[in-house]
Amino acid sequence: MLSYLLLALLVLTTVAYYAGLSRARAFATASGHAAQHSLSGYHGAFVAAWASLPSFLLVILWLLFQGSVVDQLLISSLPVERIKDLDSGQLNLLVSEIKSIAKGNVFGEPDAVVLAAAERYNSWNAIASWAMLASALGLAVVALVVARSYVAPRFRARNEVERIASVLMILCSLIAILTTVGIVGSLLYETLRFFSMVSPLEFFFGLNWEPQIAMRADQVTAGGAFGAIPVYVGTLLIALIAMLVATPIGLYSAIYLTEYASEGMRAVVKPLLEILAGIPTVVYGFFAVLTVAPAMRDLGAALGFSIAPNSALAAGGVMGIMLIPFISSLSDDALNAVPQSLRDGSLGLGATKGETIRNVLLPAALPGIMGGILLAVSRAIGETMIVVMAAGIIAALTLNPFEPVTTVTVQIVTLLIGDSEFDNPKTLAAFALGLVLFLATLALNVLALSIVRRYREQYD
Amino acid sequence: MTDTTLGSTGSGHDWSSPASRRRVKRRYAADRRLQFYGIAAIGTAMALLGVLFVSLIQAGYAAFTTTKVELSIFLDPAAISQEKPGEANYRRIVRDAFKAYFPDVTGRSDERSLYKIMSSGSDYIVRDYVVGNPGKIGENVKILVPVSDPFDQLYKRIIPRRIDALSSDRIALFDALKQQGVLSVEDGAGVAKVSVFIDPAKVPSEGGVAAADYDAMIKDGLRSYFRNEYSRSYEEIISATAAEKLQSVVAADPSVVGKIVEVKLPLAANYDNLLQTGQATIRNPRFGSDVEFAWFDSLEKRGLIATPFTWELFFNADSRFPELAGLAGALSGSLLALLICFVLSFPIGIATAVYLEEFAPKNRTTDLIEVNINNLAAVPSVVFGLLGLALFLNTFGMPRSAPLVGGMVLALMTLPTIIVATRAALKAVPPSIREAALGVGASRHQVALHHVLPLAMPGILTGTIIGLAQALGETAPLLLIGMNAFIPSVENIGLTEPAMALPTQIFSWADSPERGFVSRTSAAILVLLGFLVMMNLLAVYLRRKLERKW
Amino acid sequence: MQQLDAGSVQVLTSLKSSTAQTIGEPKIVARDVSVYYGEKQALFDVDVNVPRNSVMAFIGPSGCGKSTFLRCINRMNDTIPIARVEGKIAIDGQDIDDPELDVVELRARVGMVFQKPNPFPKSIYENVAYGPRIHGLARNKADLDRIVETSLQRAGLLKEVKDRLQEPGTGLSGGQQQRLCIARAIATSPDIILMDEPCSALDPIATARVEELIDELRQTLTIIIVTHSMQQAARVSQRTAFFHLGVLVEEDETSTIFTNPSDQRTQDYITGRFG
Repeated sequence: MLSYLLLALLVLTTVAYYAGLSRARAFATASGHAAQHSLSGYHGAFVAAWASLPSFLLVILWLLFQGSVVDQLLISSLPVERIKDLDSGQLNLLVSEIKSIAKGNVFGEPDAVVLAAAERYNSWNAIASWAMLASALGLAVVALVVARSYVAPRFRARNEVERIASVLMILCSLIAILTTVGIVGSLLYETLRFFSMVSPLEFFFGLNWEPQIAMRADQVTAGGAFGAIPVYVGTLLIALIAMLVATPIGLYSAIYLTEYASEGMRAVVKPLLEILAGIPTVVYGFFAVLTVAPAMRDLGAALGFSIAPNSALAAGGVMGIMLIPFISSLSDDALNAVPQSLRDGSLGLGATKGETIRNVLLPAALPGIMGGILLAVSRAIGETMIVVMAAGIIAALTLNPFEPVTTVTVQIVTLLIGDSEFDNPKTLAAFALGLVLFLATLALNVLALSIVRRYREQYD
Repeated sequence: MTDTTLGSTGSGHDWSSPASRRRVKRRYAADRRLQFYGIAAIGTAMALLGVLFVSLIQAGYAAFTTTKVELSIFLDPAAISQEKPGEANYRRIVRDAFKAYFPDVTGRSDERSLYKIMSSGSDYIVRDYVVGNPGKIGENVKILVPVSDPFDQLYKRIIPRRIDALSSDRIALFDALKQQGVLSVEDGAGVAKVSVFIDPAKVPSEGGVAAADYDAMIKDGLRSYFRNEYSRSYEEIISATAAEKLQSVVAADPSVVGKIVEVKLPLAANYDNLLQTGQATIRNPRFGSDVEFAWFDSLEKRGLIATPFTWELFFNADSRFPELAGLAGALSGSLLALLICFVLSFPIGIATAVYLEEFAPKNRTTDLIEVNINNLAAVPSVVFGLLGLALFLNTFGMPRSAPLVGGMVLALMTLPTIIVATRAALKAVPPSIREAALGVGASRHQVALHHVLPLAMPGILTGTIIGLAQALGETAPLLLIGMNAFIPSVENIGLTEPAMALPTQIFSWADSPERGFVSRTSAAILVLLGFLVMMNLLAVYLRRKLERKW
Repeated sequence: MQQLDAGSVQVLTSLKSSTAQTIGEPKIVARDVSVYYGEKQALFDVDVNVPRNSVMAFIGPSGCGKSTFLRCINRMNDTIPIARVEGKIAIDGQDIDDPELDVVELRARVGMVFQKPNPFPKSIYENVAYGPRIHGLARNKADLDRIVETSLQRAGLLKEVKDRLQEPGTGLSGGQQQRLCIARAIATSPDIILMDEPCSALDPIATARVEELIDELRQTLTIIIVTHSMQQAARVSQRTAFFHLGVLVEEDETSTIFTNPSDQRTQDYITGRFG
């Protein structure tokens, strides 16, 4: 249905273009080109734009809201005595049952009310689809005719088309803002719902995180199950391990590559480091499970202590590998931004290269390097797949790197994977964690970028 | 370090003094040390990269071949009807064909373990073959069907027939016991002759000898044989049935309570095996019995085993059985999602970049847009998943697990990459081009569309491909919108149908317990990396080919 | 180094053998110095003697090789990977390419001041203390304090910065920054200071201060200054060398160069026909 509608709109658009074009051509040949303001093609484009854009917009809005409108109709059409005792979860269940029956998946013996509702649901959807088709095509035809009537020799079709293009471009630019608004809005909304069920005090300062058990209402009120401190501690522990791996390797690589390495070596090593940056994180996660965790367990056994298979060390270590190219390229930029005159000044005093790097270049590049490290930390706490695959699920409050810990992202994924109902605190907790994660990474990024920017200005 | 008088002609510092020489030497050593750290850091990074690839290839290459057994089947027209070839009892047909190789295997339980050698998907493979070639009904055909996962792994020497059951310190304990003359073989079973004190304290007044804690008595008894070391592991040398044995001894003669008796206790299976055969290994528990090896070996000897290339990896849908699981569903899901991602992010990204770079006035709104774009680029991917879940699925009621929604989420993530790349490409077009076009009377839109965009297109395309490559590897947001559905067939492919993507397929295979999925996962990763390499090479090629030097 | 003619070898050996360094004997002797950047030759067979405790000015149009030659004297060209230096330079009879002589020592003894003031992003004190610290020239903190103070004093900067030694050197004015860089160079107690257009980024008042300073330093140091300004060369130097297209055209008493040059190219340059 939808594809036919889109196809029909496409055909109408083409028709509209030629309608505008032919009309313009007619008076272009009649009166000569000089009298015409815009090229004929612009007249065509003008008519085509009016024929397609409004009805396209209509279709999108229709599709976005048809589902919820029909749902509302469906619920209000159900007999009152059938739904008056249901809470929102049971109501949702009933609605999904009706929808599934409407699709043709009948399980067991549904009652007559449900069957009738399913039938109604199907017919309403069909009516809605036909209505959409009719109104979209109708709108397109009307717009075509009206727009075509505008076409005249002195009509400034080009300016009109360019204005439409500008509006479209501005709308596209606003998507970036809308995305941010969407993220903040949806996270905030679900988080507030979460805090209406679980006290924020508990969430931010509680020491006990057991959301899976807390599905039963009595335990939510009993308290203690949504204390996210262990999750934060686990996140920071893994991020710390990752930074301890990535910072020295990345920084020393950058120092060597910018100050010592030959052109040929740089040409080989830099792309290889970039490969590390291009590997998807799910691959790193599997690498951690396949190779690193067993290797660490064996190493631990050889040294006489036990390392858990999903230890913070394995997850953090592999995350560190992922961050090496990040640190090295940002440090590389920072070191390269230090003016040559400072190098000359130090070398001219008889300092060795090493002394120049340690005493002059690193202090001068420190803000840039710090900015890079902060960005890497933000990556580390937001990284998901490595920890989902290689870190633990149980939130243990420990700083022991050989023990499994869990992270914010692991909890978000485990709480939401599979079917999720939006009215229990377990699901909503994931959004609260998401909001914390979003704000933390945002703060780190803003801080890092401002440090880097101020540092750049210093040498520009 | 002689007197450092400043102001005198010439340096007062004696550079040739031994102290001074040593100092210079030390300084150069420090310089070399720093260089060494740099080389060590680069070496470590390269080594890690190497280990990553080597371990993936090592684990993954096996999945590119499948161990198959050749069945020769008579497609009996009596069993398979021409009209409805799909409805015959293929399970029976396949099993009969396989059974024909082993005429001397009888008995239901033996037959059942015999059929375990074949993959459980063999019926469908034969059915699909017949449905595809109905003309072959009535003929004898030879069809390759995969063997089941353990035998596939066995044939590729990934898993052994026998595994070490006992660690070296356990064997040492056992040897110590043996030297004390405690162990012997009686009636084909290993036993330990141990003195056990039938402790009256462990015989409860209620229940009597039937309810006594014989386990504890045996442990106490054993402990006396290992005075020098206290280890719990000696307890496992004795079979778990030893307590029953002791109980029967005491039940037969209750007068032994309070005395020391010498009993012969059965050994645990691993230690029994070690005592009788001298081998500390046991049969790999993935296999039911040793006769399965013999059957498989005979197939191999008859030349019925082959290892062709695993085309199924690309053309099969997902499966719970690793030898049948393929990437067709994941590849189509990823392709559709990437298509949506491209269709949305490419025009929107270009429009945004062109507006910001060529038209936008410098004001608060455009500043806000820029800040937003920069920050979106650094938002963790899982947060985009939350957005998709809350907004697209929950608010707008879009279908779960659908490539359409996945593509939309990926598009939002890819937008900043495309915008940044496009703006850089637009900036690289020299202003003189714009001035020249404006000078001949073109409008600003015409300048952008006719001159600037075409010149910037190589850079835009390169950035777009790199953005799409990132989107292809993205996993977490797709997990949250449910694009990890188990889809065992590739019949229903569509933008709104439940689907899988390549990275989520990798995630779900990595989570599967069967040994064969380790190879499958690694192979899927190699396929994913292959696609990424191709996309990046394409980007490099485009940049080289179309790059213009100003 | 291979194509030394017999005469210059004799000069070098005689310089090396003479232990007494009497006034009048040249401080720096350069013979047949050529510099290549990759394939391109930037300097052609330069021969020059620089007398001790005097100021010599290198003048000439941009790209004439005067800075390139200057950077040979403390081997700063070593830091450019594609640069290659041929010929011989000796300081007090000591060949600067002698493997026995360390480049670290050479640069400590031949200070350099650059075109743009380039103080390190550290405190004023640390800027001056940097050289003595890395070379180990001070026995203790008090010693280092004294070196810093003396160097700032000699650079004429002490009075201005006495109370804010711990403030960053980058916070000073351009002229002060350049004098800080001179103080930094003096702190390693060099015998020679090379100045590469030290006043080109400074205003006239700051330039005058630096020129005064050069004149004072001449009492104890040998100074080579590369300059664009012929007036400056005339004001501060005793001898002047004119470079053109990588060739040392003429070298003589400054007054002679400016009043009675022997080469037509020099004549053209100082009268403003080109450059």
